Amino acid sequence: MKSKFFAPIFFILFSFYACSDDDGNAPLNINTTFNFSHTWNGTPVTSADFGTIQFTNALGDQLSIERLRYVISDITFTASNNEIFELDIYNLIDVTNNANLSFNIGSQIPPGDYRNVSFTFGFDNEDNAENYLDLNSASFNVPAMLGGGYHYMQMDGKYIDNNNQEANYNYHAIRAVDNPGPNPTFPQDTFFTVNLGSINLSEDTIFNVEMNIAEWFTNPIDWDLNQLNTDLMRNSAAQIQMFRNGQNAFRLKSVSQ
Amino acid sequence: MKKTGIILSLIISCISCSGNDDTLVPVVTEETPNPIALEIPQLFRDNILAPVIPTDNPLTKEGVALGKRLFFDNILSEDETISCASCHAPSSAFTNNTPTSAGVSGVLGNRNSMPLFNLAWNYGERFAWDGKELSLERQALEPIENPIEMNSDIEIVVQRLQNHPDYPELFNAAFETNIITKELLAKAIAQFERTLISADSKFDRYSLGQANLTPQELNGLDVFLREDKGDCFHCHGNPNNPLWTNNEFHNNGLDATFTDLGLGGVTGDPNDNGRFRTPSLRNLAYTAPYMHDGRFETLEEVIDFYSEGLQNSPTIDPLMKNVAQGGVQLSDQDKADLKAFLLTLSDPTFVSNPDFQN
Repeated sequence: MKSKFFAPIFFILFSFYACSDDDGNAPLNINTTFNFSHTWNGTPVTSADFGTIQFTNALGDQLSIERLRYVISDITFTASNNEIFELDIYNLIDVTNNANLSFNIGSQIPPGDYRNVSFTFGFDNEDNAENYLDLNSASFNVPAMLGGGYHYMQMDGKYIDNNNQEANYNYHAIRAVDNPGPNPTFPQDTFFTVNLGSINLSEDTIFNVEMNIAEWFTNPIDWDLNQLNTDLMRNSAAQIQMFRNGQNAFRLKSVSQ
Repeated sequence: MKKTGIILSLIISCISCSGNDDTLVPVVTEETPNPIALEIPQLFRDNILAPVIPTDNPLTKEGVALGKRLFFDNILSEDETISCASCHAPSSAFTNNTPTSAGVSGVLGNRNSMPLFNLAWNYGERFAWDGKELSLERQALEPIENPIEMNSDIEIVVQRLQNHPDYPELFNAAFETNIITKELLAKAIAQFERTLISADSKFDRYSLGQANLTPQELNGLDVFLREDKGDCFHCHGNPNNPLWTNNEFHNNGLDATFTDLGLGGVTGDPNDNGRFRTPSLRNLAYTAPYMHDGRFETLEEVIDFYSEGLQNSPTIDPLMKNVAQGGVQLSDQDKADLKAFLLTLSDPTFVSNPDFQN
């Protein structure tokens, strides 16, 4: 619920849009929900699987996941006539605590044909500069000297290193930053758009979105945990690699209407 | 009007207690409790979510006053020798300065008394070091009945309060009934505890533009926030989360094997073994010794531990860096600077606040 901080404003705007026809036959907006599930190369992953080294990445390193949470924002519906419905909302999906895995955005989108539905992984730079009380309360911030704003994703766990010992990793995706300090610089945007494809909205709709966690460790770059494990937030090259790998992590698994 | 109501209630109370049988006759005061709102500090209002106030236990002037009196009253303990404040002293930010605390029998417990402040901002509402209490109201009752703390039979305590010359009327004023129950006892204490707000440290004033930090303190903040140095912020908050805790549970590498399972002892999940609630870094100047068992007497010892003393274990949190090397390997200068910064989070006005004294 916390994640719908800005939703009421847009709800009002779209409600007016939807109710502007006073003949009583105006089509009602479509109630829309986004469900997020997670796999490791097709095998379902939930918090019940956390804490045990049971996954193997593309380089053959064994690892566990102990904490996974990430934010998505700016859910956008692009109509066939190119009209754009962009919802300035966000949702912190906390897999560890099974929180916000289902994100109901209410009845904000009118029925019709949409050539694309999309969301932003993380925040665009404008949204990342906002102050979100719920994300602050969840300690999801990025320190100002690292550019401020928020984590896009926090994935923590352990892996078996080259010495056959358990070691920790902190795969934290943020806005890539150079020159940490009072005047950080930003070499490249590292939020990205996830496109879910076209949809005809005619009745209440559930988008079942799936993240393949393994993709964060491959395609196009096989992630070497022995080289890149902790202290990645101020490593802009690592952030850009996360950005590239993340492009393939999400897919639309199914749509329920 | 209020005075009249109290007098009326007293008269009715006397009448109601004059019978020869032991049946209590409920008395409803003519005055309703006066609602009060928490004075939310600007930094909290600007940066974090609103405090958690249960709908069935809103703050009232009378409820908070009753809770305060109960908090400092030995009547809650078995032999009426200790109160909540015995282990949670205002001058120590509502903890005490021993590693663990002795209960009525003189037996020491196995956990450090947790400081009490900003409790209404514990959004997960898991209290105590191990998270076993799922609301502040439930937490308030636990020490009363705990055999190594107050060791009371709660029904006897309730009866004691019921027979007290003042308490029935005070409960009547707070809850509109003079029939005392353990639930109302817990509600009153929780109301008082929610008023214990600490938000006037030097760093708070720095955040508000009302104070300056020294270069050493600023470097300490840098150490605190840098992933390649302290990396404290992932668990202990940051300038945008002025609670200076995430109120979550972590194994911070104190032990390779556990004599105290912490959260694991509550959930039964081995993955939770050795995990304890992250304490706030506010008021460290007053809350030594540190950690769940009070093993570290000084902040220097705490910082040395995170720098070189980490112990690996199956459940150590992945956020603990360089475990194989013992920790984050801070220089002596960074350690001193980090300590200087941490002390800016202490709030002298909180420990001397007259509203919180007996």
